[in-house]
Amino acid sequence: MKTLLVAEHRDGNLLNSTYELVAFAQQLGAESAMFLVGNAGTFPQYDGTLYLADSDKYGEFNPAVHKQLLLDVIAKEQPELVVFSHSSYGWDLAPRIALALGAAQVSEVVEIIDGVPVAPVCNAKLRRTVKSKTAQQVFTLQAGAFGLNEEPSGTPTVVTIDTETAAQLEFGGYEEAEAGGVDLTKAEVIVSAGRGIGKPENLGIIENLAKALKGEYGASRPVVDSEWADHSRQVGTTGQTVSPKLYVACGISGAIQHLAGMKKSEFVVAINTDKDAPIGEVADVLVVADLKQFIPTLTEKLS
Amino acid sequence: MKILVCVKQVPDMESKFKVNGDGNWYEDNDLAWRMNEYDEYAVEQAVQLKEQESDTDLTVLSIGSNRVKETIKKSLAMGCDRGVHVTDDSSHLKDPFAIASIIAEFAKDKNFDLIFTGMQSQDRSSAQVGVLVAELLGLPSITTVVDFAFADGQISAKRELEGGVKALVKTKTPALVTCQLGLNTPRYPTLPNIMKAKKKDLLSLPVVELLKVEGRQETATLSFPEKKGGGLILEGDASDLADQLIKILKEKTGVLA
Repeated sequence: MKTLLVAEHRDGNLLNSTYELVAFAQQLGAESAMFLVGNAGTFPQYDGTLYLADSDKYGEFNPAVHKQLLLDVIAKEQPELVVFSHSSYGWDLAPRIALALGAAQVSEVVEIIDGVPVAPVCNAKLRRTVKSKTAQQVFTLQAGAFGLNEEPSGTPTVVTIDTETAAQLEFGGYEEAEAGGVDLTKAEVIVSAGRGIGKPENLGIIENLAKALKGEYGASRPVVDSEWADHSRQVGTTGQTVSPKLYVACGISGAIQHLAGMKKSEFVVAINTDKDAPIGEVADVLVVADLKQFIPTLTEKLS
Repeated sequence: MKILVCVKQVPDMESKFKVNGDGNWYEDNDLAWRMNEYDEYAVEQAVQLKEQESDTDLTVLSIGSNRVKETIKKSLAMGCDRGVHVTDDSSHLKDPFAIASIIAEFAKDKNFDLIFTGMQSQDRSSAQVGVLVAELLGLPSITTVVDFAFADGQISAKRELEGGVKALVKTKTPALVTCQLGLNTPRYPTLPNIMKAKKKDLLSLPVVELLKVEGRQETATLSFPEKKGGGLILEGDASDLADQLIKILKEKTGVLA
């Protein structure tokens, strides 16, 4: 089996998720080559061929151009499998490649069982195995699903690549996440509110519990999107990644993007009416209760 | 200006799911259905653009069995002008390539200036259909958009990246945009608008008229994930539960010392 791994570069740096692709290929026992639009200062530690296009010339985000650069490498390498991270870069570029190749694309692969990819369905409440009908395939890998057992090492053999393809989009650089607000990464206790709090007025009971536990309150994405809480309170892939001594998830179902931001917490308590919610998988204690009744009771006993 | 917005009907994610008899999808009886959350943002953005640009016609399209009409009607009540229902009782078995091909076949001779989709569906979460539609039509696409502006034929958007960073991207219409959660605040249909929506055109097209390709993948099996142990589950009276939890926190964590 031959794979082509599509590495990622952001703001001048190689992303660590690149090594999850390497781990995936190793786990499969597959041969691999790597593709990167990056620069010479940020080579991955990797023993293999690295097809490198210059990010100063082609831009870190430039789908039509990256697509052509990648298709040229695929034509040369003829991999059976092209592998991306399931990230804002990967899920944007992968379908463009799959369509051009006439290949099936399996998104957000979490595991390979007997050579067959497994992907989550309905917020990971279910999972499915996927049968591709095409010889060539494209996968995107869920963040964190594959990890190296050892520190990455090696030196790639670099092959520089170029293209004349015109851009379809104009990339104007990055806007950093809003600074200021609360640094949740330093909190020893975080009590987070999810969609299950029902309405913004109920955020108060979450704040009160956080105070009683001498911690900060956080929030899941839907709560921030609804503007019930500030973005600086958001825990998850697009917010902060936290590892407190105690994390209390209140009315949070446990989407993978949220779990990625809190699963390193030392002790996790989930309060949820849905016993089957995915948050139960990472919780040390799952309290099946209506949070509007349970949390004020708990807060009172703690005070 | 001509706009298309594509929406999908999905089960409420809080539902109790069951695997169907063929073992390849979830049973669709006894589920509460709603508009895919990402698509609500797509509809809202399309309606806002319609309000901004005079002389705009906004079509909403959905593929599925008869029940998806409810989702189309909601979109019409939010402000879309006309609905297209591609009737297909087995849309849940079609892969992203087949679904995108159906949409592209419908859109190919309609000269839409802008197409909005959700960045993914809540059930399959493949995040492929929008990009594939654009690629099939030869249009530029901007995915995962959390900020959108349009002026003089140019789209200025912000894509959401990991860690809350945003990428600034511009392109000219015709183009396709996939919408991320938080892009806007989707409106609730008002009763007068729900009444008005009943009079709007809702065209039904059988899927066979638009499907010209074979899917490239299929779901072989659907199952529940194995419970990886998980933790202790506490149920019962709120006061007892609080006492039990405090005891556990005292024993297992240092935070109540």
